[in-house]
Order: sequence, then C-alpha cells, then structure tokens
Amino acid sequence: MSAPTTTGRDPGAGRETHRAAGGVDRTGEPILSVRGLEKHFPIKGGGLIKRTVGAVRAVDGLDLDIHPGEVVGLVGESGCGKSTTGRAILNLQPATGGSVKFQGKELVGLNRSQMRSLRRDIQIVFQDPYASLNPRLPVFDIVAEPLVIHGLTKDAKELRERVRTLVETVGLNPEHTNRYPAEFSGGQRQRIGIARALALQPKLLVLDEPVSALDVSIQAGVMNLLSDLRDELGLAYLFIAHDLSVVRHISDRVAVMYLGRIIEIADRDELFERPAHPYTQALMSAIPLPDPRRERARQRIIISGDVPSPANPPSGCRFRTRCQKFAHVLDDGRRETCMTVDPVLEDRGAGHLNACHFAEPLKVL
Amino acid sequence: MSSHGATAVTPSSRSTGGLTAGGTRATSLPGFDASAPLLEVTDLDVRFPTEDGSVHAVRGVDYSLRSGEVLAIVGESGSGKSVTSLAVMGLLPGSARVTGSVRYRGQELLGQRDRAMSGVRGKGVSMIFQDPMTSLDPVYKIGYQIEETLRQHDRSLSKKAAGARAVELLELVGIPNAADRVRSYPHEFSGGMRQRVVIAIAMANQPDVIIADEPTTALDVTVQAQILEVLQTALQETGAAMVLITHDLGVVAGIADRVLVMYAGRPVEIGSVEDIYYEPRMPYTLGLLGSLPRLDAPPGQRLIPITGSPPSVVNMPPGCPFAPRCPLHVADCDVAEPERLLVGPDHTAACIRTEQVAAAGGDAHAVFAETASDAGLVGVDQTSPAAPEPEQSEHTGGPTGTGSVVSGVGSPTTSTGDRA
Repeated sequence: MSAPTTTGRDPGAGRETHRAAGGVDRTGEPILSVRGLEKHFPIKGGGLIKRTVGAVRAVDGLDLDIHPGEVVGLVGESGCGKSTTGRAILNLQPATGGSVKFQGKELVGLNRSQMRSLRRDIQIVFQDPYASLNPRLPVFDIVAEPLVIHGLTKDAKELRERVRTLVETVGLNPEHTNRYPAEFSGGQRQRIGIARALALQPKLLVLDEPVSALDVSIQAGVMNLLSDLRDELGLAYLFIAHDLSVVRHISDRVAVMYLGRIIEIADRDELFERPAHPYTQALMSAIPLPDPRRERARQRIIISGDVPSPANPPSGCRFRTRCQKFAHVLDDGRRETCMTVDPVLEDRGAGHLNACHFAEPLKVL
Repeated sequence: MSSHGATAVTPSSRSTGGLTAGGTRATSLPGFDASAPLLEVTDLDVRFPTEDGSVHAVRGVDYSLRSGEVLAIVGESGSGKSVTSLAVMGLLPGSARVTGSVRYRGQELLGQRDRAMSGVRGKGVSMIFQDPMTSLDPVYKIGYQIEETLRQHDRSLSKKAAGARAVELLELVGIPNAADRVRSYPHEFSGGMRQRVVIAIAMANQPDVIIADEPTTALDVTVQAQILEVLQTALQETGAAMVLITHDLGVVAGIADRVLVMYAGRPVEIGSVEDIYYEPRMPYTLGLLGSLPRLDAPPGQRLIPITGSPPSVVNMPPGCPFAPRCPLHVADCDVAEPERLLVGPDHTAACIRTEQVAAAGGDAHAVFAETASDAGLVGVDQTSPAAPEPEQSEHTGGPTGTGSVVSGVGSPTTSTGDRA
C-alpha cells in the first residue's frame, strides 16, 4: 500500500477533506498510465451479412495519468465516454486501441485469467447500488466473495474477522451482515459496494458515479467516507461523475471529457478558478448555485444544442458545433482553424492542458 | 428572475388570431392579489392501501399558490412531493384514498369526475413530467400532439390555425426549423428537445398554473440550463404561476419565490426563498443545505450528512418524523408531531426547537455533528434506535461550537472505530 505523501495532519484540521491538491507527489511513476485509449463500438449494417458500417467512438484517444494516492475526477455529460473509459481501464470492456499501463504492466490485450490477478489491485464501485449487488446473497457473502475467489484467507474465522472489519470501515453495523441487500437503503448499499471493492486492498479504485443515485443527505455521508478512506488507506481514485460540484469536492485533479476525449485537465483549484476551454466554462456556468442572491446575480453562459453523435463527430474541433466562442467571438479565419484542425491537448499558456485553439482562462464562479 | 411583476405578455399578444384566452381564465397578470389564491391545497392526505398496511404518502399538505408566483416543493425521494401534485391533478390510481381539499380559483377539484377534470387539465392547470422520453406519445407526430391539446380545449379551432399555433409554440420554446419539426416523431428528438416540446404542450392553452415535476432531472446540466430558460419564457408568455417539484436546491435558488420543504409526506418548512436558504428554522432544511457539495464553497470543506434514512411511511410512530435523525432531538419531540409554527413573516416551520436552529445562524456544522456510520436498517428496524449514534452525547447543539465541533472522524484513524 502506497503511503500518503503528506503526513502529520493536525487532528484539529479534521474538517479538511484531505490534503491540498498539490500534496500528491507526482514526480514518481504514475500508478496508472493511459495513452491513446480507444473504445469503438462497431455499428452493424442491416441484411443477412452484418457488415460493419461505422463505429461509435465512445472513447477516442484518451491520455491520463494517475499517481499513487491521487484522486482524479473525470467529468462530462452523458454519452461523453466517461464510464466506458472506466470500464476499458479495468478491461471489463476490452479497449480497441491504445495502452493502459498499471504499475508499468500493460493491461490491454490481457485475457480474463491474466486480468484476474491484477484485479486485486484495481477495483470498481458501480453507480447503481440496486443493480450492482446480488439480491440473493447476504451481505457477508457479497463482501467475502473477492477474498474467497482470490484465496486470501486461511480459515473461516479469519474470513469472518476481515469481513467484519471491512463492514465497520464503511460505517455499517457488522451485526447486519447476515441480511440481504433489500434490507438496506441506497446509501447503505453503496457502502456495501465500497466494502466489497476494498476487500482486496486495492491500490486504485475506479468509482463510476458512486453517489449520483443517492439523495443528497445520504450522498454527503458516502462522499465523506470516500474522503476518509483515501486518507487512511492512501488509495488512488478515478472518480467518474457528471456533477462538477461533487468532483470538485473530492478531486486533486480534474479532467473534463467531451465526445470521447479529455478537453481540459488541471489541478482542481486551477481548473475551477481559471477554466480555459469554452466547454469547461459553460459546464461550470450551467450548474446552479444553492444561494438565491448569488444565483440570480450570475451571468450565465448557455451553450446551444446537444452533444453530437459519437458515431459521427464534427470535423476539426469536436466542440465547435456548440461552442459559444465559435458562434459569437471568432472571426471567419479562426473559425476555419476550428473546422479543419483537431486541437490536441496541450498547454496553451493557461498553465494547464486544454484542447482549444483559442483557449483563454475565464473566471466563471 | 422572479416571475411576479415580470413582463407577463398579455395572453393574446403572441397568439394567433383564432386563440383567445378563453372563458375560465381570470386575470393572471402581474397584479398580485394574496386574497385570491390560484390554487389552494388544504389538508391534503393521500393513502395507498397495501398488504403491509396503509402507506400514508401525503399527510396534511397545505399551500396556496398566488398569481404569478413560483412555489418550489423540495424534498428527497419518497417525501411525497410527486404524489402531492398527482393528487392535485387527479391523476392518482383509483386505489388511492385522497382527502382534504384542492381548490383551483375556488372550484373544488378533489372528487371531480375525470371528464370535468379534463377541462381543467391543460387549460387551468397543466403539467410537465420528469421524463421527456415517456411523456410524449411515440406514435404521433410532435405537431399533432400539440394540436390535440389546443383543439381539446377549443373545439372551434380549425386544424390549420392549430397547426400554425403549434409551430409558433415550438419556436417559442426554442426548437429550430419549427415548421419542419412539427412533422417529426418524438424519437427523432433528443431529451432536451423533447422536454421543450412537453413545455410547449403545457403552455399551449395559456394555463393559470403549470406544475413541473422534476422537469430537468433527466437532463444533462448544460441542457438543464437551456430548459430552465425555456421555463422562464413559458411563465412570462403565459403569465402562469408555477409549482416546481425538485430535489435540486440549486435550481430552486434560481427560479423560486417561495419554497416548501417536504419530509415524510408533510411540509416541514415553508417560507420565501431567502428565508429558506439564509434563515432556515427546521433542522432538516439546515441539514439538507449543509449536505450539498457546493461550487461556491471553499473546496475541501467537509460535507454534513444527515445520519439514517427517511422513515418508512407505513404505520408511522407518533412524534416528529425527523426526530430519529435530528441532532437537536429531545424527549418532547417524540410526544406529538409538531405543528407548523410561525417563525417569521410568512415563514413557518414544524419544529419545537427552532430557537436552537436560529442560534446556529444557518451554519449546519454548528448543529450537525458527524458520524461515519450508517447503521440503521430500513424497514422494521427503522423506528427502533438501531444506531444510538455516538455523537448524540457529544454534539453541542448550540452556537458555541461554531464550525469546529470535531466529531469522531476528526483524526483519520478513529472513524473506523467510533461506532457503537
């Protein structure tokens, strides 16, 4: 287990969620390194012979590094490929291109049995706590299953002890482990899912919308639990969510996805204070603040239309069809650039990586 | 933002010649008259008989909607907010037992036959549902579905005039190429576009009241921003008042004039949007606001969860339904369910300890101490004190601990061990 890089937390600062964004050591080897990840789903034509007539480019060239103990938030709207990214990293849906290296070991192309041993170190928590737990197994069996599969416990007594510890770690009453998932509320079920993911003491957790199915009062408890676990166990998270305020709360770094690619990535505070890509700006501006005076005084950027189909993304910059800058600010010559040149993810003077030819930091909040 | 006093266009100024406001419609222009509520719900009570006992989904909801006003009903899932509005519209299944009174401009709606209700639905009170994927009929063209609503309430309207009005409505809600798109089927539209169509249908007959049940919940946030704009347009164009049902406190902050907070089937706090956000008096409201991750708060500030989960509404025990989760709980809370008491001008809260909440000055950290556990079980164990939360003895319950009430999770190692 990789140790947290900063220690000596003042107990009085217990209200801090976790160490500041800059506290993660990013000089060493990343625990997870994704390069040019692609996941294309073939579109089959009609007729007897199902020929492939195209592809839904759900993930289309994605680069991402996660360092030990780091929380990287991955945000985007539905259909942008963020969940597919998470699944492709775990090989639950094999990638169709690119490379995923976990601690230097290539994961793309591994078969199921080769993957199995690696799953000890990478685990996933799914979005829907009602669908991701087997309703016919008592909670004990659900949490114990990974330990049994990987043969990590010697005897029944040790297994009981470990399950008990896990269930306590996630804030549930260990006396309830003989019950079935149906007897638990949504928030509690999500805690069971987290306990199951922690059973093998992984180094990286992929959290796929872990709180979006929960009511806000319950969501807060699960968020705090995730923060605590990360601090105590030194876990790295890939935190996938559609809600920027949730991602901002927990992440060290935030990556914004649009149509299968990351279009901006930066340290949390940098991204939220100086978003440079027009999409990030619009996304932030669209989130209503729960503060009537501020909310009503705000200037809002409203982008038009919906996300285009990933089967047929626009030429050049993928965001240009909805871009407020493309529509209202740029002249024809610059628009030509947007239409023909696909912007790569690089630092364009904003101090962090973004994929917009004409990126300019703007204070939105 | 606020819609009363807004530039409500007179009903006829936008509509085509054939469409006038219609007979049942009294003035819904900005002139704000508190004495004549548009919609008055009194002591509304809804029970669903089930094998396990009667599910008391709505227990005594009272509110009145004034002309031009936006009333937000907020609450978590299962709090009865949707059932309340379905009861108002007369859309509950026959097995539901509904009592109380729902008056639309003085006319009692409860107990009306479906036929009579059809005259009110869409015309007096119209509704926008949550899921735009299922609230349009997949086998009819968009244009037809709008025309149908128009002609239902105005038999003299020609097909041609209705068609023209449909195009106009689609333009109003921001659908490009409206003249062509009326011939599309719902599946050809994206979610956001469908919700625009649903809004167009809801505003087609210039209703007095629009009830919007989670109108943006199924949509992405950038599309939500678009739809909220369209809703504002709809309100201005029709001059209608709106009941907005949502769980999103951000949406409420932007659009509502008054807020009704529901918990376990009852309104627990009603007040102006400023009262609710800046001076909440019911611990639940305070807790709800404290549990939100906010874009405008310093990052890294700890969220404040409300422990436990909402009670089951089957065979509820006496006493305040929030008491098992409430940090300010005292023995008196279990005696009887508190009435809503006046805590400020036009601001009521159902709590016997509102002074303590007031003393916190809107700081949820001061009232809610935190525990890492979530040990209570749903169902039968709900009411028994499944988790005698350790913080009950520890929290200060007053303003003394402003923001620094350190609970068991203060140090990283204790959160696993601080449970009973």
